Amino acid sequence: MKARYLAPLGIFVLLVIFLGIGLTLNPRDVPSVLIDKPAPRFTLPDLFDPARTVSAADFDGEVWLLNVWGTWCPECWREHGFLMHLAKNEGIKIVGIDWRDERAAALEMLRDEGNPFVAVGFDPESVAIMDWGVYGAPETFLIDRSGNIRWKHTGALTPTLWREKLQPLVVKLKEQSL
Amino acid sequence: MRQLILSLMLSLSVFTVEARVEAYHFDDPAKEARYKQLIDELRCLVCQNQNLAASNAELAQDMRRLTYEMVSEGATNEEVVLFMVERYGDFVLYRPPFKTSTALLWVGPFIMLAIGVLVLVVFVRRRSVGETPELDAQDHERAKRLLDDKKI
Repeated sequence: MKARYLAPLGIFVLLVIFLGIGLTLNPRDVPSVLIDKPAPRFTLPDLFDPARTVSAADFDGEVWLLNVWGTWCPECWREHGFLMHLAKNEGIKIVGIDWRDERAAALEMLRDEGNPFVAVGFDPESVAIMDWGVYGAPETFLIDRSGNIRWKHTGALTPTLWREKLQPLVVKLKEQSL
Repeated sequence: MRQLILSLMLSLSVFTVEARVEAYHFDDPAKEARYKQLIDELRCLVCQNQNLAASNAELAQDMRRLTYEMVSEGATNEEVVLFMVERYGDFVLYRPPFKTSTALLWVGPFIMLAIGVLVLVVFVRRRSVGETPELDAQDHERAKRLLDDKKI
């Protein structure tokens, strides 16, 4: 007889557990299909000099970060200081893709806030972005010496993230030779 | 008069539908149909509960443009879908393929249905067994009396 009254409670608890799992999942965290796959090639006009190009091939054989940003994206402004730190103090090579942006606004931002990038490709028409499966900014990819994507993060990079995930991976990848 | 109003309303409704999505021109109506079908089935990654046809997000515009370019250049539906899946994963599909990771999604509803049917069967059986009490002569007598009373 008692079991009969406990049954609804059991069902309720089960429901709460499932809904709880559902609520704590981040729907923006779409698993990237590109992890451990060759990084898509791109050739984009240079943000600083439209006559020149920035290409993924320029960084073959190196461990580098690709950071997708735009002046229209508030998180990118927030992340900018940390990118500066990574480039200056940690010696990380960061390549930027300035996405769906105005050239003048982007140049102004880099002039005022500093430029953490070794090169910036300008992609106002989402030509390269689509190949990388980017759907928001900022997004950051880690590429290893053999040109494979090893890690991806949607949203701003943070010191915690760097310490716990990115840095150990970078150290490991840098140790590997081609 | 009524016809005029009706036709006006109809034309207005057409405008609102067309205003949202940029107009692409196809040389072949079959391609246009395929384009419409594709943007109906592909999911926008920014507004995650909308398909490409309904979403106003900039990424959806880009994805529509790409779909348009591929279709008008003669790509098959499978090629367009494969192109999107290679970049954005199964997430872009409103009809994901059957895999171990999606098995529960596809089979889940049937499992739930089976559980429901099972519970129903057990419930009904138990009830029908419990509710046919044995009646002796005395009960019949009482029932008859009650029924007769009601007639008055």
